[in-house]
Amino acid sequence: MGAPAALQACPSSLDNRISIWSVGDLGNVGLNGEYQGEPQLLCDIRHNGDVMDMQFLDQERIVVASSTGNVTIFRHHQNNQTLSANQRWEKAHYHVDRDASCGGAACTGVICSNPEIVTVGEDGRINLFRADQKDAVRTIDNADSSTLHAVTFLRTTEILTVNSIGQLKIWDLRQQRNEPSQIFSLTGDRVPLHCVDRHPNQQHIVATGGQDGMLSIWDIRQGTMPVSLLNAHEAEMWEVHFHPSNPDHLFTCSEDGSLWHWDTSTSVSEKPSFLHQGGRSTTYFSHNTINQSVVSAWLSNDPTKDRMEITNLIPNQTLSVNSLDILGPCLVYGTDAEAIYVNRHLFA
Amino acid sequence: VHRRKKLSCDPEYVNKAHKEGRFLSPPVSGRPSSSCVFVVRKDQDIYIQTLRKLFNESHGIFIGLQRSEEEFAGKSRKTQLVQVSKNYRSVIRACMEDMHQAAVSARDPALHSQYSTQVSILSAMELIWNLCEILFVEAAVAGPLLLRLLDWVRLHVCDVDNMVREVLSSENPSKHELFWNVVDVFVLQGRMDEARHLLSKEASANPTSVNMCRILDDLMKKMPVPSLGNTQTLTEMELKWQHWHEECQRYLQDGTFASNSHMESICKILLGDENAILEKKELMTTWYHFLVTRLLYSHPTVKPMELRFYAQSSMDLFLGGESSPEPLDTILMAAFEFELHQVIKECSIALSNWWFVAHLTDLLDHCKLLQSHNLYFGSNMREFLLLEYASGLFSHYSLWQLGVDYFDHCPEYGRVYLELHIERIPLNTEQKALKVLRICEQRQMHEQVRSICKIMAMKALRNNRLGSALSWSIRAKDAAFATLISDRFLKDYCEKGCFSDLDLIDNLGPSMLLSDRLTFLGKYREFHRLYGEKRFSEAAKLLLMLMTAHIAPCSFWMTLLTDALPLLEQKEVIFSAEQTYELMRCLEDLTAGKSDKQKFQDDDVETMKVEMLRLALARNLARVIVKEGTLEGS
Repeated sequence: MGAPAALQACPSSLDNRISIWSVGDLGNVGLNGEYQGEPQLLCDIRHNGDVMDMQFLDQERIVVASSTGNVTIFRHHQNNQTLSANQRWEKAHYHVDRDASCGGAACTGVICSNPEIVTVGEDGRINLFRADQKDAVRTIDNADSSTLHAVTFLRTTEILTVNSIGQLKIWDLRQQRNEPSQIFSLTGDRVPLHCVDRHPNQQHIVATGGQDGMLSIWDIRQGTMPVSLLNAHEAEMWEVHFHPSNPDHLFTCSEDGSLWHWDTSTSVSEKPSFLHQGGRSTTYFSHNTINQSVVSAWLSNDPTKDRMEITNLIPNQTLSVNSLDILGPCLVYGTDAEAIYVNRHLFA
Repeated sequence: VHRRKKLSCDPEYVNKAHKEGRFLSPPVSGRPSSSCVFVVRKDQDIYIQTLRKLFNESHGIFIGLQRSEEEFAGKSRKTQLVQVSKNYRSVIRACMEDMHQAAVSARDPALHSQYSTQVSILSAMELIWNLCEILFVEAAVAGPLLLRLLDWVRLHVCDVDNMVREVLSSENPSKHELFWNVVDVFVLQGRMDEARHLLSKEASANPTSVNMCRILDDLMKKMPVPSLGNTQTLTEMELKWQHWHEECQRYLQDGTFASNSHMESICKILLGDENAILEKKELMTTWYHFLVTRLLYSHPTVKPMELRFYAQSSMDLFLGGESSPEPLDTILMAAFEFELHQVIKECSIALSNWWFVAHLTDLLDHCKLLQSHNLYFGSNMREFLLLEYASGLFSHYSLWQLGVDYFDHCPEYGRVYLELHIERIPLNTEQKALKVLRICEQRQMHEQVRSICKIMAMKALRNNRLGSALSWSIRAKDAAFATLISDRFLKDYCEKGCFSDLDLIDNLGPSMLLSDRLTFLGKYREFHRLYGEKRFSEAAKLLLMLMTAHIAPCSFWMTLLTDALPLLEQKEVIFSAEQTYELMRCLEDLTAGKSDKQKFQDDDVETMKVEMLRLALARNLARVIVKEGTLEGS
């Protein structure tokens, strides 16, 4: 099965479900590489509140962040194809009065590194949980005076958060003080940042996406401002992801209904000749032929030297693309038209 | 899915509206009040899981149609529109499949019956739509018209499918008791090849009838049918058909089939004998099947405008006064009569949702078939239906996004409707608010942007999320709210003696300029920072500037002057003479402003503060005059 991690289900309050789908084996492959068969629904389970974010904790468990402020771990039982709620932290995020009926605050982001789980929310709070431990390991109240939109791991003990006043913060979880160890912000207007991702191999490279659709690349070793600002989408950028095994490729999706593939792998003329093949090329390039330069193409300031290819992967865009994920040659994304799309031949 | 409330009215009222030929509308405005009691209930259709697929997919088709260029003229445009119609129908069919699956797997009998009802409603919708596609969108002409109608019947009359399957899959079909029924079905539906195939089985099983079978087979083979291409004109076809008809007549009159009643009746059917066809009522099940069979065998080159006569008589003959027409029959009849408005009206009444009429009317409008028919509300029919449909979508927690696009394509009232609806969407998460805001901003709906941002900012403020509140004010460029937030910060500072949320105030950036109060807050914090870093002269300069440039509100001057005290008391002289005079002037402005009564009410702390300041300023002045008067280096 190898279902890729994290795909946001459609937002709604009454009828939300977490679903697991199987995108079967390579069978029918169409002319343009699109998978012809339909994904099959294996199992689903009700979820209370909108699904704001989710991630696989391990092969069987999924952590889900809810708009009610709850954080739930679901277990997928593969033998009988069912889902069950394994553990729940009620009102992990809340405003002022936790016990009030409407006191919950939406949990906006979750990131896992088995067994640790970090969540952030509209209450500006950061929670550190451990799977199978009932209470939070650590909670930073009022970590931020504005809404925290996303979180990701920088190193095993450090996390990155982005908020709605355009700040990127590094938090060191080993330290007891409730202050970020570093704060980065955009120049100019404090445009809210909605998503963040770190380069899989080179940990100082961070990408963020903002409310104005701008993609920012940061080098956190130096300075407090981004290295490059790329004018991308026409509306909020909801998610940004480096390809986990092929980090010269970056994917962003936006409220304007587009999904962009950013390709900084070296331009065609410089590729080793064995990769020049007529017709279909290999599914993805081997690691060491592309990541040759130590200085990543992402930090390059010379636009003429390393050309970046940007492709919009959606031909007829209508409603927002809320979420995407990639694993190997497979890309999955979901839209506000309540549809999920799977592309299994990304680099074909 | 679409009406927010379905009104069940007094039946007399409905009939009244019917008779007056008015388009049925919710009896809200400007009508003389009739003494009725209205029972209102919320529309449940939008919450059925499988129908959501219908709404989402059809939304995509709708948008595609609106965006498609009118550059194609004539035939290619028509092909394009037919394709759109087919797309809509395939979506309906897909939903029918899903609904059927749901019905089959439903264990609760109430749910099962609900789903089954939905399946039959969807099936009826597809039937009507298909007919409208043939008659209106494709506007099939005489010749192809019959072929299309035959396809239509074959697709939709499925009651006999089981029987057909049973006979065909049996070992000895010709011995099956329903064998001749199946042959009849094929003949009635014009499926000559299949009929001939079965006849050959009969021939091989029953040697006595070989001759008859051969003749009948031959007649079936030779039957002229209209062609789709331009291979023959209508007149040619009619001539051929006439000859063939006469040949059949001869065989019948010769008594060729006299020994086999089944084959004789088939021959009569081929000759278009109404009675013979009517005998097979149960195999046809519906009057419109009867109509098409009649046309096939008596008038294959029927023109579209002639359909109405045949339709009416077919229905009368078929129903034979035993049963009265059902809503579906009335709708189909209106279609055969080419009464578009009637079709739409009847569908609106019969169906509980606006989905069908809204999309069909829009398609027909693109085919330029609807004259602008002004209704009471000033907008045309297409727009009225789309507005109703979209309004219904807005009551759903996530389908409202589809509604936005529909409003966009209603030129007269779409924008107003959108403005009213969008403000009423419940905003339970910030992400939803952002989506709504994006929609408003894209359409320059500034009022709504301001209003929504204010709501979100207020919510944030109540939850003590000052940073979020500020972020919303920046989005709306709402200076007044930014001032409110700054005042809150300053109040907190006065109460606690320190700033909360330093990460926000220290990083305001250009947004500081949004409101004067916010600027003051940022600068004031900067003063504290400078003081903390012991950069006293810079801090002093800043402090003075805050007052002289009137960045600081008057209410805060006392606090600022009090902040100046430690600077005045420093060993080193910080304020220059100029600056000291300025400070004194500020103090005097402040105290002079108070009336005598206020001065009397001031408690001791206040008077003491003023006294201390006066003293400190005087001492500083003294020191600085001396310092500045002294020659350097001595």
